This record gives sequence, C-alpha cells and structure tokens, in this order.
Amino acid sequence: MIRYSDLTMVTLTEDRLKKVQEIIAHFPEGKQKSALIPVLHLAQEQEGWLSAGIMDHVASLLQLDPIEVYEVATFYSMFHLEKPGRYVFEVCQTGPCMLKGSDDIISYIGERLNIKPGGTSADGLVTLKPVECLGACGYAPMMQLGKHYREHLTRQRVDEILEECRKA
Amino acid sequence: MAKKLLLENAHVENIRSYGVYRDRGGYSAVEKALKMTPEAIVEEVKKSGLRGRGGAGFPAGMKWSFMAKPEGVPRYLVCNADESEPGTFKDRYLMEFIPHLLIEGLVVSSFALGSNRTYIYIRGEYAWIVDILEQAIAEAHANGWLGKNIQGSGFDCQIYVQRGAGAYICGEETALLESLEGKRGNPRIKPPFPAVKGLWDCPTVVNNVETIAAVVPIINLGGEAYASIGVGKSTGTKLISACGNINKPGVYEIDMTISVEEFIFSDEYCGGIANGKRLKACIPGGSSVPILPANLLLKTAKGESRLMNYESLADGGFATGSSMGSGGFIVLDEDQCVVRHTMSLARFYRHESCGQCSPCREGTGWMEKILMNIEYGKGKMSDIDLLWDIQRRIEGNTICPLGDAAAWPVAAAIRHFRDEFEWHINHPEEAQKRNYGLANYADVRDAVLV
Ligand SMILES: Cc1cc2nc3c(=O)[nH]c(=O)nc-3n(C[C@H](O)[C@H](O)[C@H](O)COP(=O)(O)O)c2cc1C
Ligand code: SF4
Ligand code: FES
Repeated sequence: MIRYSDLTMVTLTEDRLKKVQEIIAHFPEGKQKSALIPVLHLAQEQEGWLSAGIMDHVASLLQLDPIEVYEVATFYSMFHLEKPGRYVFEVCQTGPCMLKGSDDIISYIGERLNIKPGGTSADGLVTLKPVECLGACGYAPMMQLGKHYREHLTRQRVDEILEECRKA
Repeated sequence: MAKKLLLENAHVENIRSYGVYRDRGGYSAVEKALKMTPEAIVEEVKKSGLRGRGGAGFPAGMKWSFMAKPEGVPRYLVCNADESEPGTFKDRYLMEFIPHLLIEGLVVSSFALGSNRTYIYIRGEYAWIVDILEQAIAEAHANGWLGKNIQGSGFDCQIYVQRGAGAYICGEETALLESLEGKRGNPRIKPPFPAVKGLWDCPTVVNNVETIAAVVPIINLGGEAYASIGVGKSTGTKLISACGNINKPGVYEIDMTISVEEFIFSDEYCGGIANGKRLKACIPGGSSVPILPANLLLKTAKGESRLMNYESLADGGFATGSSMGSGGFIVLDEDQCVVRHTMSLARFYRHESCGQCSPCREGTGWMEKILMNIEYGKGKMSDIDLLWDIQRRIEGNTICPLGDAAAWPVAAAIRHFRDEFEWHINHPEEAQKRNYGLANYADVRDAVLV
C-alpha cells in the first residue's frame, strides 16, 4: 500500500539526475516512460524505499501522471512501499530452496531477531522478507542482501551475516 | 565428455574480459555474419534446428522468419534474461561467467533481424550481473563490435540493459514488453504476436539468453554441423541447471543424447543423490512442468531408458511424461514431502499471478489454501478432488500460460502421488512429524544398474 501520508517532496541527487538522462537516452524519442522502472530503482537506492513524495518527483521527471508511477511501484515486489530496516534479508522460500532447508533458515532468523517473517527487528537493523525463487536454486538455501546474493546459508552463516550487519 | 559449445571457455581465467575472449576466437561469428546477408543467417539458424531455450522450445529460425518488415518501421530484438522459473539458473551462469558470448550472439542476431536498438531485459535481482553486462558492452563498443557502422558493414547497433523489479510474469514475452514500456507486467492477448506488434507496437523478436548465445556456435560451425549434434529434433547442446538433493548442484552443458540416469548418477554431472539417500522424484524442466516419480523418470512407460532431450522427457504426455521446459532440473530425495513442495510451488504461482484473469487469480489462491490445509493437518478427503477440479478449470482458460504453469504441477502431484496426499489427510498428526517416504515409486535404479 502506498503511504500517501508521506508527501514530503524529495528529489534525486545531482548525479542520479544525470543517470536519469542517460537512461532516458536508451529509448526512442517520446518513449521516456520506459525509463520508469530503472529510475524507481535509483530512487529506492537513494531513499531506501518509495514514498509518495519521491514517486511524484519521478513522475515529473518522466512527464508521467503520478498514478502511472504508483501502479508500477505496487506491481513489482522489489519496490518497498514502507520503510524497511537498514538491511533487508530477502530469503528465498520457494520449492528448490525448501528442499535444502530454507524453512529452517527463515525460522532461525526470526528467532534470532525475535520477529515474524515480514517484520523488522526492534533496533530497526534488519527486515526479514521471505521472497520467491531468485535464480540461485543450486546454491540453496540463499538470500539477497543489497546488491548481492548470500548462498549456501547455514545457521552459522546467518550468525556471521548478522554480526557483519551489526558492525557495519 | 560431452561436446561443449557454450561453456567450453567459461572457466578460462579472465574470460569475462574482452581481450581473453577475443583471443579464444570470440567475435569471429560477428566477422563471419557481417559478410553474410541477414536472410542467409536466418537460414543457418533454421538449418540448425535450434529450439528456443526459454521453455517453450519453439524453433528459433522459424520465429525469426515471422518477423514482419514494414517499410520505415523499426524492428527490435529483446533478449529475455528474466530467468525466474524456480529451478532455473543457467542464464545467470552464462551471463556471469562468459558475458561476451551473449553480447556476440546479440550482435549477430540483431544484424539478422535488422534491430538497431536491442534490449536485454534482466530480472531486477541480478543487479551485479547488470554491471558485468554493461562492462562487456562497453568493451565491445570500444573494439568496434557495437555502435555505428560495425566493422565497416554499414550496420548500426546499440545494446541496452534494462532491469526488471521482481515479477516472474515479466518472463512471459508480452508481459516483458509491457514492463519494458514502463508498465505493470500484464501479458497481452495474442494475436497479434510480437513479431507483428511488439515493443511500442513495432515488430519484435523475444529470445532467451541461451538461445541467443547458441547462435554463435551455429554461425561458427554452420547450421548443419550444429544440427548433427544431439538427436532428432533436440539438436545442439542444452544447459541444464541442476538443484535439490544431489551431490553436485550446478549448471551443466549436455548434448541431448545422455540418459536421465546418467545425468543424475554419474560423477560428470549431478554425482548422485546427496547423503546416500535414494531418489524419490524429479521435476526435470523447471517448476511449471509435471513432477515425475523415480520409476517414471528413469524409464518411459514403454520401459525404455529416458533421455535428457525434448522428445524423451515428454514421452507419454502428461500421463507418464514431463517436459524439458527451461532445463531447471529439481531432484527430490526420499525424505522430501511432495505435498509440502507442491504447496510451496502453489504459493509461488499465487504470488506471481498478475491477476488479470479470474481463473488464474482466484484459482491459484484456492490451490494454495487447500494445499496448506492438507499440509497442516486440516485437509479433507474431498480436497483432493477439489484441487483436481480447480486446476482443470484454470488450464487453457487464461490469457497467458502462467495459468497452465500453475495448474500442471498440482495435477501431476495428485496424479502420481495421490497416496501421499491421502496419507496426509488420514494421518494429520503423523504427517506433521515425519514424511511419507518413498512408497511405491521407489528408486528403480537398484534394478537398472548392475
Ligand atoms: C509465466 C511465464 C514465464 C516465463 N519466463 C521466462 C523467462 O524467465 N525466461 C525466458 O527466456 N522465457 C520465459 N518464458 C517464455 C517466454 O514467454 C518466451 O517464450 C521466450 O522468452 C522466447 O524465447 P525462446 O524462443 O528463445 O525460448 C516465460 C513464459 C511464461 C508463460
Ligand atoms: S494467466 Fe495469470 S498471469 Fe497470465 S495473464 Fe492471466 S492472471 Fe495474469
Ligand atoms: S528456489 Fe530459491 S533461488 Fe530458486
């Protein structure tokens, strides 16, 4: 659900605005709407999530109606419409990962952080988000953390990753 | 050792870099292709018998020849790197380890199809692979394989990488095009097909990463030589991503003459079932294709050894066969629960349904709920028939094949593992504590291998 309450106007940084122009140039004249998903990625990278304010900014950059941005942002599962924790543990829960113990990894993370899937730890550090197949089934169980994958997870690896996040 | 056409050099040190790739004969297919006519390239691809590697197995040369060519209208080639079918991770491997092979294939294919702007649509989660591809594209530019007037041929071509943002449905070609136009990934009604009306209503060909990469050896060797590898209509080599309870999960390039048994048990490939367990079942072509119990997997209904190719995997139709699909090979050992695994796949399809068609939107939700009930000890015997009924009403009644893809795994699980479903329903307590085991679909290997 879009948080319409958060309408504070936010803008992209200078270098990201330059990147937006580069992305628009990937497409023929008048087809700048195609840049929407990549630009939303830039916006989320900057803000950590997509507030209505940043989405309205994106709409104006691409000469779109805000609703065209909202309907796209709500369709794709990588876009966060609520502010998540500083780190999002996107743990794959689909069949092939389940065969290799993803259920146990998800419940172990939940135990360690005292949260349910979908929740954020009390200190705001980690959100646990079970996701569907990430194309790493042979290296299961696994999760996405930021730009990269963490594969061959075990309880011990989870402990190490948590430690890493706490220290960072 | 099977002949390798795609991954031969995948582990050469620094093969990701242009210099090493070029030293190993890279971009020779472009040199050769630019001296041919586009029609002649299409002809070679037709002769090769190459079938689309994205899942449907449609002959690539034929698809290319359907591309409409109205005067003054741009044409587009779009490479499908969305790879989200559970069990499938071969395109990622190819792009991550040998990115120039894809770029080379794209230059040749773009020339053949007359595409001056070519897009790679990659799933959003493969964020680091975008960097690898963009680096390869920049190197190809710097060395004159992309850009204006490539190698003095008069042909201009640019390749752009576009990230998706998490939606399995965007692998379906018309949903992909919607997404590339900056919209929700709702599949379009066909016809018109993309070859006539695709990206921004212009003629478009959408091909899988592996399909495009295979164009390189086809041009280098010639279509006929490529077709001589493999068997029947399963020509060339195929990448298989193997996962689940095996000793050596990973991506393997096979020539399609080997048996399923050899693929699972030989050390060259999966290396057998992990932890000394026995084989229970397998989904041989990505989550959307029917699951087969061990006995039907290793031998066809006629008692012949089943081979790793399109025809043999499909032998017996859905009654006793399955499908090559995307080459996502998922192996279940004796400890795995078919009900739980099917429930997990049902959840996947419910989550990924775009919601446009009621049978898919509602049906996937119902199937997930019923399977959860059975798995968590609240199932009724009538639920099995209800599930069967729902999947039957989805199949064939939707805009895109995701509906079928959601229905088939449930149908096959009931068809082949009905007793396991019944046991769950009759023994709710016990089913929470242990799994059903092998039952009568025992690994027949003991009897086969001496
Ligand atoms: C729900 C659904 C998901 C699909 N996902 C993919 C995918 O991730 N990658 C892919 O190449 N093809 C996928 N396809 C198949 C494409 O629609 C299309 O047939 C394919 O990209 C054509 O390329 P090919 O002829 O080279 O195989 C999917 C199809 C459906 C119905
Ligand atoms: S079958 Fe499902 S995914 Fe495909 S268009 Fe219909 S609702 Fe969408
Ligand atoms: S099922 Fe987890 S990455 Fe594919």
